[in-house]
Amino acid sequence: MANIKLSEEKINIIKEIAKSFGNKPGEVINVLHQVQGKFGYLPAEVQEIVAHELGIPVSRVYGIVSFYSFFTMEPKGKHPIDICLGTACYVRGAEKVLDAFKRALNVEVGKCTSDGKFSLNTLRCVGACGLAPVAMVGDKVYGRLTPDLVPGIIAEYND
Amino acid sequence: MINLTIDNKAIQVPEGTTILKAARMNGIDIPTLCHFELDGMNFENKPGGCRVCVVEVKGRRNLAPACATDVMEGMEVLTHSARVINARKTVVELILSDHPNDCLQCEKNGDCELQSLTKRLGIKEIPFKGATSTYRKDSTLSVYRDMDKCVMCRRCESMCNKFMSVGALSGVNRGFQAVVAPAFEQNLGDSSCVNCGQCVQVCPVGALTLVDNISDVLKAIADPTKKVVVQTAPAVRVALGEEFGMKPGEIVTGKMAAALRRLGFDQVYDTDWSADLTIMEEGTELLGRLKKALAGEEVKLPMFTSCCPAWVTFYEKNFPDLLEYPSTAKSPQGMFGAVAKNYLAPKLGVKREDLVVVSIMPCLAKKSERAREELAVNGDSDVNYTLSTRELAHMIRQCNLNLNDMPEEDFDSPLGQSTGAAVIFGATGGVMEAALRTAYELHTGKTLPKVEFHETRGFDGVKEATIDIDGFPLKIAVVYSLANARKMMEQVRQGNPNGYHFIEVMACPGGCIGGAGQPYHHGNSEIIRKRMEAIYREDEGKPIRKSHENPEILAIYEEYYGEPCGHLSHEQLHTHYFDKSDKVEATK
Repeated sequence: MANIKLSEEKINIIKEIAKSFGNKPGEVINVLHQVQGKFGYLPAEVQEIVAHELGIPVSRVYGIVSFYSFFTMEPKGKHPIDICLGTACYVRGAEKVLDAFKRALNVEVGKCTSDGKFSLNTLRCVGACGLAPVAMVGDKVYGRLTPDLVPGIIAEYND
Repeated sequence: MINLTIDNKAIQVPEGTTILKAARMNGIDIPTLCHFELDGMNFENKPGGCRVCVVEVKGRRNLAPACATDVMEGMEVLTHSARVINARKTVVELILSDHPNDCLQCEKNGDCELQSLTKRLGIKEIPFKGATSTYRKDSTLSVYRDMDKCVMCRRCESMCNKFMSVGALSGVNRGFQAVVAPAFEQNLGDSSCVNCGQCVQVCPVGALTLVDNISDVLKAIADPTKKVVVQTAPAVRVALGEEFGMKPGEIVTGKMAAALRRLGFDQVYDTDWSADLTIMEEGTELLGRLKKALAGEEVKLPMFTSCCPAWVTFYEKNFPDLLEYPSTAKSPQGMFGAVAKNYLAPKLGVKREDLVVVSIMPCLAKKSERAREELAVNGDSDVNYTLSTRELAHMIRQCNLNLNDMPEEDFDSPLGQSTGAAVIFGATGGVMEAALRTAYELHTGKTLPKVEFHETRGFDGVKEATIDIDGFPLKIAVVYSLANARKMMEQVRQGNPNGYHFIEVMACPGGCIGGAGQPYHHGNSEIIRKRMEAIYREDEGKPIRKSHENPEILAIYEEYYGEPCGHLSHEQLHTHYFDKSDKVEATK
């Protein structure tokens, strides 16, 4: 891999987090958890720094990032959208709702819109099955969704 | 001691032994797939993942993986009950259901552990049909990856991480998408890989194989405008016979030379010759550094050997701050190429680009070394093609020859004569011993009381000794495995607290005899031991055993190079190293 670049400020944030876990290889998941909390995602250059700080191969770090669905290498949008595909939501038409979001935003699941405003993801159950099908935008929950409600929800976030 | 029965046979084994080992110690061979061990060389892969080694343990509800279950007092183990055989077959059938059905064209045909397991279990059909995992193919100059064939045994990952500390490979993704790959699934050539190829040597199937250059060599031989010469590394002659049904440790030097001639090589030379040359250069370089150090001058010590190309790439990628420590001497392969193109070509009356230099190596990293830009002139590499021991065996068979039927022949002159010091390059500690034989006599002017240095021999991953050179205590270390080499480099970073002067490094288990281009040993470390014994037998049988007494070496200095580490040899026989590390650059 060619030499990669990252701002000194970001490098220092990662270093601090690694240090707070004693730079121990066994703390790699905790370190990644906190780093993702800071940056929203874990791009390759961030993983390189984590690997270096903990003294483990970057292939191992990537192995962990690619194994756990919680970790992501895709940046999150300003307003992350999560569509519940749990059983209750699914049988009440969540997939059609998801398709409506994909169409309205012109974006695939796991990706971010080109303006960085929205990212689209799916999850399994938010504990609001009575409102199925459910979606979340940021921390706000939207229930009893139908595809025709989707453009209105997106419009709420147009500044 | 623990008492148990395996297949109703009462046995006694030490506490902490696994069922698998207990069985093998008592002549019961439980089949395995993911498990891999190099006995006495500090390498074991034991993920307990494939479940091929499952056995029935009385009183236990589930079948137990024999490789990962320790024996217990009173245990009753059955290794071939109907339930066990059924489970074992199902496991292999499931693996086969996601495995390409192309055994006939597979590089590993005949050498594949999944193939032999299928045969052993008598599997005639695959009852499971389903999706098959596919992944893009990838290749370096040494290693070819076809992950469609991967059985996720993780042997390559263990070898790369634990034994080599290279860390290029890791299990990535999850479930059906899981694959062993470099970070970010980049190409192996862009990763921290050093092309040692040990992942290929331990892969049970055809997922990791070598890059085959046989057809390139056949083409060159068939080209009437080219003169094709060949050199053969020390470790090849003690392993090639295995490919033709000979016992491990059979020495086939003469038969190999004869076979190479019949394959159509115009001249058959010996890398052992250039190993002697390497000792002259490297030994002189060491003495030079030591003299400077004794005179109080600033000089880089310890000096490291530089014969092993995986090791060279390893320090270029991981220790760019220490590039002045290794010897600048080219490897014997590289020296041979330089001598052939510069000195031999005019002698043979051909232009350098019309002289094709082929090397036969126990190694896959040599395929990458030969392509290094600094080892070429105007794009013409000093060594044009590198074949591994296995490829040479293939080529001999392809050309309707049988090594067993070959007469004993000699190498051609003048790059063919060699000493015992050169042949031991093939085993861990050999370069060190060869260098000591020469450095001692060149420095003291006295004859060595005893040629052998037993301190440098054997299978310990790290060997240390202090050698008395006429009153000067020379502190040496010999290591194999790049994980051990890493520890040595870290010591140098800490200021060399043990005061070493000279350190030999080889990447592969036991040195080049355990190289990735050698016949597959499938984890049978006894094979590598036999090769080592053969190396020392060959040394003992040589009339000359010190590099500086090789008449052909003395002659080339007299006629061409002048003196070791002189002006011309610096130009042709020495090299330099590059910072190949991947640093993360900080921006404001």
